[in-house]
Amino acid sequence: MKQLAEQIARTDEVPILLTEEAQKFTQEVIGRSGERVDWCYQCGKCTAGCPVTFAMDIEPSRVMRLVQLGQEERVLRSKAIWLCVGCQTCTTRCPQEIDIAKVMDTLREMATEKGYAADREVVTFFKSFLDNIRKYGRTFEPMLVFQYNLKSGHLFQDADKAPLLLSKGKLPMRPSKGSMSVQRIFDALEGNKR
Amino acid sequence: MARIGVFICHCGENIARTVDVAKVRDAIAKHPGVVHAIDYRYMCSAPGQELIREAIKEKGLTGVVVAACSPHMHEKTFRNACTVAGLNPYLCEMANIREHCSWVHSDREKATEKAIELVRFLVEKVKRNRPLTPVKVPITKRALVIGGGIAGIQAALDIADGGYEVILVERQPSIGGHMAQLSETFPTLDCSQCILTPKMVEVRQHPNIRLLTYSEVEDVKGYVGNFEVTIRKKARYVNEEVCTGCGACIQRCPQKRIPAEFERGLGRRTAIYIPFPQAVPNIPVIDREHCAYFRRGGCRLCEKECPRNAIDFNQQDQLITEKVGAIILATGYDLIPSDLYSEYGGGRYKDVIDGLQFERLLSASGPTNGEILRPSDNKEVKSVVFISCVGSRDRSKGIPYCSKICCMYVAKHAILFKHKVHDGQAFVFYMDVRAAGKGYEEFVRRAIEEEGAVYLRGRVSKIYQQDGKLIVRGVDTLSGMPVEIPADLVVLATAIKASDGVTELAQKLGVPVDEHGFLAEAHPKLRPVETQVAGVFLAGTCQAPRDIPDTVAQASGAASKVLAMFSQEAIEREPTIAKVNEQTCVGCFECQRVCPYRAIERKEIRDRQGNLVKVVAYVNPGMCAGCGACTVACRNHSVDLEGFAEEQMFAEISAIVAA
Amino acid sequence: MTAYAYFPGCSAHGTAKEYDQSTRSVCARLEIELNEIPEWVCCGASPAHAVNHLLSFSLVAKNLDLSPTNQIVTGCAACFNRFKTTLYTLQHDRPLWERIRQIVQPTKLNGSDFRIAHLLEVICDDFGLDNLKERVVKPINGLKVACYYGCLLVRPPRIMAFDDPDNPTKMDELMKAIGAEPVEWEFKTECCGAFHAIPHPEIVLALTSKILQAAKDANADVISVACPMCQINLDLRQLDLKKQGKNFDIPVLYFTQILGLALGIAENELGLDRLIIDPLPKLKERQVV
Repeated sequence: MKQLAEQIARTDEVPILLTEEAQKFTQEVIGRSGERVDWCYQCGKCTAGCPVTFAMDIEPSRVMRLVQLGQEERVLRSKAIWLCVGCQTCTTRCPQEIDIAKVMDTLREMATEKGYAADREVVTFFKSFLDNIRKYGRTFEPMLVFQYNLKSGHLFQDADKAPLLLSKGKLPMRPSKGSMSVQRIFDALEGNKR
Repeated sequence: MARIGVFICHCGENIARTVDVAKVRDAIAKHPGVVHAIDYRYMCSAPGQELIREAIKEKGLTGVVVAACSPHMHEKTFRNACTVAGLNPYLCEMANIREHCSWVHSDREKATEKAIELVRFLVEKVKRNRPLTPVKVPITKRALVIGGGIAGIQAALDIADGGYEVILVERQPSIGGHMAQLSETFPTLDCSQCILTPKMVEVRQHPNIRLLTYSEVEDVKGYVGNFEVTIRKKARYVNEEVCTGCGACIQRCPQKRIPAEFERGLGRRTAIYIPFPQAVPNIPVIDREHCAYFRRGGCRLCEKECPRNAIDFNQQDQLITEKVGAIILATGYDLIPSDLYSEYGGGRYKDVIDGLQFERLLSASGPTNGEILRPSDNKEVKSVVFISCVGSRDRSKGIPYCSKICCMYVAKHAILFKHKVHDGQAFVFYMDVRAAGKGYEEFVRRAIEEEGAVYLRGRVSKIYQQDGKLIVRGVDTLSGMPVEIPADLVVLATAIKASDGVTELAQKLGVPVDEHGFLAEAHPKLRPVETQVAGVFLAGTCQAPRDIPDTVAQASGAASKVLAMFSQEAIEREPTIAKVNEQTCVGCFECQRVCPYRAIERKEIRDRQGNLVKVVAYVNPGMCAGCGACTVACRNHSVDLEGFAEEQMFAEISAIVAA
Repeated sequence: MTAYAYFPGCSAHGTAKEYDQSTRSVCARLEIELNEIPEWVCCGASPAHAVNHLLSFSLVAKNLDLSPTNQIVTGCAACFNRFKTTLYTLQHDRPLWERIRQIVQPTKLNGSDFRIAHLLEVICDDFGLDNLKERVVKPINGLKVACYYGCLLVRPPRIMAFDDPDNPTKMDELMKAIGAEPVEWEFKTECCGAFHAIPHPEIVLALTSKILQAAKDANADVISVACPMCQINLDLRQLDLKKQGKNFDIPVLYFTQILGLALGIAENELGLDRLIIDPLPKLKERQVV
């Protein structure tokens, strides 16, 4: 019932409204990714080969189609772009030579900039991961998992494995650090944005 | 004093959109020698041509420049118009302001400037043009047809029925081509052999056809009406004159496990073999590569067995030279290798086959006698997946074009499969179904509606083996769902490409090849069976992918072009050929060395007493193609090209430089 | 003796300690000199390129700047992929290269004339399998190995230029050279789910169980991998799959560990004891140890 109510509440989103501005988002994605999304002829080979199609709300070929139709919100709000694991299968097999995985990167980048974060778990994980790099120059796995669990609310995820990993010497106590000049890179990139 | 008329065409919007034609007109009107300049929407139309004719008469023009499209397109049109008005056609030239200007530029101002330049330098040239008369050349009324598939067969029969001799050359041991491999044909399901073999026999028996199988064209010299071709007739090691085709030799041959080309590797043949029972000619050939005698001496069992002593291990290749007036290329197609896709097994899976292999499985005379059995284990196929567009429409494989016939033969395969395996299921992956032909759409609907084929819209991403099945992982984009099918057999509708070796043959003839390796027609719409080389025509899939009805129609079209040519006593050739100034020629013959058409001969100049004064170069007007190589090679400017004389060229250049 | 700059990757200090350990032992034994890049930083992995391509390229460029030589080797398929992709992109996009230089402020990095090799390439191609055969002191006869390459070693082939993207054979050839029997199987390059191990472990479980099942169906004794991410997903997640009633119990070794055994390196130097699914029973059964 709740689902139906939600669906009906979105009545203004159906049908897809196409105006003379319809290609604005499409061109932005093409421009930023450098990939000819407009070449996609919907053969679906990406969807067929994608290992995570089963978990996606919008399958990869339909993401491409919605980009072609300029459906910014629908695309950037989708979980699919966060579930893409970057395995490059689609890119490898696309008969139109579109680097679909790269388009997914661009879409995530755009979604991040616009404050969409449809998949909280993945977004939290990415954030924790990059925080780690910024802090240590490298990822410090125990801290990464701890931070993720804390922020995502999945407090005890994989906690059962800690003693085993510890006994195998796979959980170091202190981080191994890389060059701290990474912080300058992060700063420069933030400056870039501003 | 020159009186030049300039006629500027809008070509509808094609030129006028980018070039300011009025400005071109006004600019050129002021050019010295131009007495008449107008523009018109369609200069090639009847009223447009009338404008030219009227001006010639009224203004007494001595030369005409038409600024329009490429001379390839309409030079003939405008020159004819001039002839009608009494002006020598070679005093008319075209300035190409479409392909060379409006189509390739976007800046209107600059394009207009360029158009003015183009017209201006042609005006300067035309001022120096001389009236010329076409060269008449006699014709050898015999045709050469290269390729003995359905295209070559049809073309040869049509010309032969028209009363002219034909030499039909086929590189395989039998004629028949790919059509002979097919089981049934869409959309009527006629048995391919039943409709083809009578034609093959007719070729063999026709008094006007000389059939040379197991032969290849080695060299082509000459020009339209007068080609000289050299054909290599490869040694069969069987005397064709005495062999009766009894087949005793084949029975005896101990080499029985050689993959048969005709069965596309699904069946086996012997080392001495006839490719298929209905072969024409029905004469075996020995495959040197596998014959025990040629490999290590000994054996010769076929020789002992032959009741007519027809086996001749000492036979040599023969070179045959023939004169012909016209050539039809009907070299056909090949399928791309099916191992091109590593995600479809890259050739590792025996049960992933191509469309022609499936034809052989369907064929009652095929390796399985028409039963649909898996190549890997001969198990009956219950579930079969057909995949369209394998290679075709695949930019990543360098094949952006549609192979045209696959949609239809895949539907045919699905129908025939159901006819053979009643409890089987056929699945078809497709991107679009292209069924534009008489009865074609109905045929595809029949596959779905009456024969129960399940059509899935999407490509297949991967095929892998599991538990004795091929797992086909695809998608149905209409439901938005990935699809997985455990299949017994997968048939790939692989792309059509021009036959191997056709580029080399095209080079011998000077016929251009398109970007995908198919032979290029002279004009995609208006001259579809001609090539840029006069007297050389195209038929069938050597030009582009096409099905049997289209191939037969095109073959008949090419044949009718040849017949039209042969109905004339002589053909006219362009008079724009080289001419030697015998006064100044010193007889160094550098021109002979560089001439690609072997058109330069030696001419002796003798005095009245018959004493040899000197030897000079002479251009055979029948052979010269007007390429101009000799004019550049000549050290003292003794050779010039009619219509493109040095004086004319320099006038053009000066006009550009002056601007 | 060839010298390489060595990029261990972050997991070398944690979950993939045994990969680093066995890599160093094997290279020492083969006299392949590895010089760890001083102060190397994380390549950014998926999270960087997924949300900020400039960051991703900058992190790799930083490492190029830190590298003592322009020949770099790594054992991690993901790091290998990031390095290769970065080099490929920067070589083809001059303005981007300049932008990255501005962000990274390199101290010595000039051109993009680097070679980034995966350890498999260094051993199979540079060192050579014929040479390797001569160094084998204890052939791994009878061990059936499912070689698992994962995604990032081979895809996209245009950039990686490593091997066939669907049926690679480099690791299989290596296994043959040391006497092991690589099995024919179809899941060599199917995705394991990668980083989803943390945000969506259920995805990883769904994918790894198919891979593990395929290896079992192919009668493999062990799986050999060339990537820490693949390893932990296939190895550690067997514990979760067991809770779902799927008991694969198939050891997942780094190829360097199997190679090390063939070269006669002691088990403890190869970190066999660090693997989650204990490989010793299988290795003993096949008389490899």
